[in-house]
Amino acid sequence: MSAPAPSLFSPEAQAMIAQLGLVRGRANLEEFAATLQELAEQDHQIIAVTSDSRGSGKLGPFGKALPKQIVEVGIAEQNLVGITAGLAAGGKQSFGVSPACFLTARALEQIKNDVCYSDVPATLVGISAGVSYGALGSTHHSLHDLAALRAISNITILVPADNFETRAAIQAAAASPHPVYVRFGKAAMIDLQEPEARFEVGKAITLREGTDVAFIATGETVIHCLLAAEKLAQDGIQARVVSMHTIKPLDEKAILEAGRECRAVVTAEEHSIHGGLGEACAGVLMQAGVAVPLRIVGIPDEDTVTGSQADIFRHYGISMEGLSQTALELLEKSESLA
Amino acid sequence: MTDHELQLKSNQYRQKLLRYITEAGAGHTGGSLSCVDILNVLYNRVMNVSPENFNRPDRDRYIQSKGHSVEALYVVLADKGFYPESELETLCRYQSPFVGHPTRKVPGIEMNTGALGHGLPICVGLAIAAKLDGAQHRIFTLLGDGELAEGSNWEAAMSAAHYGLDNLTAILDHNTLQITGHTRDVCSNEPVDEKFASFGWHVVTVDGHDFAALTEVLTAKPVEGKPTIVIANTTKGRGVSFMENVVSWHHGVPSPEQYETAQAELVQAENELSEIR
Repeated sequence: MSAPAPSLFSPEAQAMIAQLGLVRGRANLEEFAATLQELAEQDHQIIAVTSDSRGSGKLGPFGKALPKQIVEVGIAEQNLVGITAGLAAGGKQSFGVSPACFLTARALEQIKNDVCYSDVPATLVGISAGVSYGALGSTHHSLHDLAALRAISNITILVPADNFETRAAIQAAAASPHPVYVRFGKAAMIDLQEPEARFEVGKAITLREGTDVAFIATGETVIHCLLAAEKLAQDGIQARVVSMHTIKPLDEKAILEAGRECRAVVTAEEHSIHGGLGEACAGVLMQAGVAVPLRIVGIPDEDTVTGSQADIFRHYGISMEGLSQTALELLEKSESLA
Repeated sequence: MTDHELQLKSNQYRQKLLRYITEAGAGHTGGSLSCVDILNVLYNRVMNVSPENFNRPDRDRYIQSKGHSVEALYVVLADKGFYPESELETLCRYQSPFVGHPTRKVPGIEMNTGALGHGLPICVGLAIAAKLDGAQHRIFTLLGDGELAEGSNWEAAMSAAHYGLDNLTAILDHNTLQITGHTRDVCSNEPVDEKFASFGWHVVTVDGHDFAALTEVLTAKPVEGKPTIVIANTTKGRGVSFMENVVSWHHGVPSPEQYETAQAELVQAENELSEIR
C-alpha cells in the first residue's frame, strides 16, 4: 500500500514526480530519529536530550531501546541547551532535540554562549522547522533560526533536503568536535539523491545542470525547485538546481558559479526572506561583483498566512508553479537588461 | 593547609585582585571580594583539580556561574599554577585572554560563562555525564544571589533533583547585593533555603567567610540522591572596610588613593594575622 499523496504538490506536480520516477521517502524527522538511534547503539557516548519532545521528535523507540542515553528535561528549552552543552563538556556527543521555534528563540543565549562560545561537541536539532506547524500560527513557526544562528560563530548549520541528506547530516554531526545545528520539518520527503552521491559539509550538491537560470534552495523547498526545473525544460529552459544543505559554512564557489554561468538566480527557503539563504547568496554575489538578477523566495516580512504547510508554500510561491513562474519573470528581466 | 594559612592566602588573593582590577581600570570588585574565601577553600581543600590533571576526565569540575567575579578566580588559578601570575597584568587589555568573564582560553577554566543563569544547567549536564560514566568526581558551581532571578536556574534546579544528582554542589554567594541595590528590594529570592528545599535539594547554610565551616560542608559526604546547595552568607566587598556592603562597589574600580587605602588595610590585616601565628 502506497502512502497517501503529499498534499504539498499539485496534481500536475505529482504527475511530474511520477514521470521522473522519484521515490517517496519518509519524513526527515523519522530518518533523523532512526539514524541517531543506529549511531547511538554503536556509540554509547551519544546522548539525546529532549524537552517533552520525544514524541514529536520520533525518539520514542530511541528512548525504549537506549533508556540510559536519553535525558528528558521537560518543557524547558534554556535548560535543554545548557544540559546539552554540559554533557558535551563532560565527554559526551550530545544531541539536544526540540521544536526549532522554541529551541532557537527562547534558548538563543544558551546556544550562543554555552554551545558556540564554549565550542563543545553539541548538536542542536530543530524539529518541525519553518512552517511545518502550519495552522498553529506564528508562535510555532521558525522563520528566524537560520538568520539568528548565521550571526553566531563556531556553528555549522545543516538543512537537509531529503532522507539521504538527513542521514549524512546526522552522521557528520555525530562525528563533529564542534557545534552543529540541523533543522528540518515533518512532512514526508521525496528522495532526490542517488544513494552513492557524496554529502560533504560545506559543499553544495548540484542536482541538475543548466545555464539559463539557477535555483539555489535548501531543505524542503529543493524538491519544488527540481520540479520547476523540469517544467521549465518543457519550454526549452535549462535550469540548474543546487541543494545548499549547508547554510554555514556556505559553499561560495557554487553560488558564484551559478551567478556567473546562469542568466538569473532564484533562491528558495522555508524561512523569512530576511537573513536566510537568499540574503546570504546575495551577499556572496555582490561582494564578488557578480551582478545577476536574483529573486529571494521565502516567507515575506508579514504576518504569515494561516493554513497548512502546503497552503503556506503555495501562497508564497514555493511550488513548482510559483517557482517556475518566478524564474520566467526573472529571465525576462535578465533579457531586458542585456 | 591550616585555617590560618588559608586566611593569609585569602588576604593575598584580595590584595592581588584589587591590584589587577585597579591597573586594568575594569572589573567587579565587590563580588570578587565576597567569593574569594569560597574559591580558596574549593581549590585548596576540596577539589581534585590541578594543571597536571586538567586533561583527565576524573578531575573535579568548577563552573563559575557568576562569571563577573572572574578576577577572584584568575588569582586563585594563577596561585594553583595554571599560568604565571604576571599574565594577569594583561587583564581586560587588548587581545588578552583574561577578559572580564571566564573563557576557556584561560587555562583552568572549564566553560565560557558570564551571562547569568547559565552555570547550573551546564552543571546538570556535566553531572549527568559523570553519572553515566560511573565516575566519582564532583561538580561545583558558584551562583550569585541576584542571578537567581533568571528562570533557567529553577529549570536546572528541577532537573538536578529529578535526576538525583548528588555529585552536584551549588554554592550561593549570598551577599544580598546586586548592581541596583539590595536583592530583597530588586526582586526578593527569600526564603531561598526553602525554595531549594522544596525543589528537592539538600540545603546547608554556612558563614561564607568561615574556612572551617566551608570546609566541613564542602567535604561532607553528599546526601544520597540529592543535589546540595550551600547557602554561603557573605559580605560584598569583604576585607576592605569602605567597600563592605556598599552596592556601588559591585563594579566599582578603586582610584589610586582608594587602592592605597585598601591595600594598607589588607597589609595591616596580614601583619596581624602573621603575629597571631
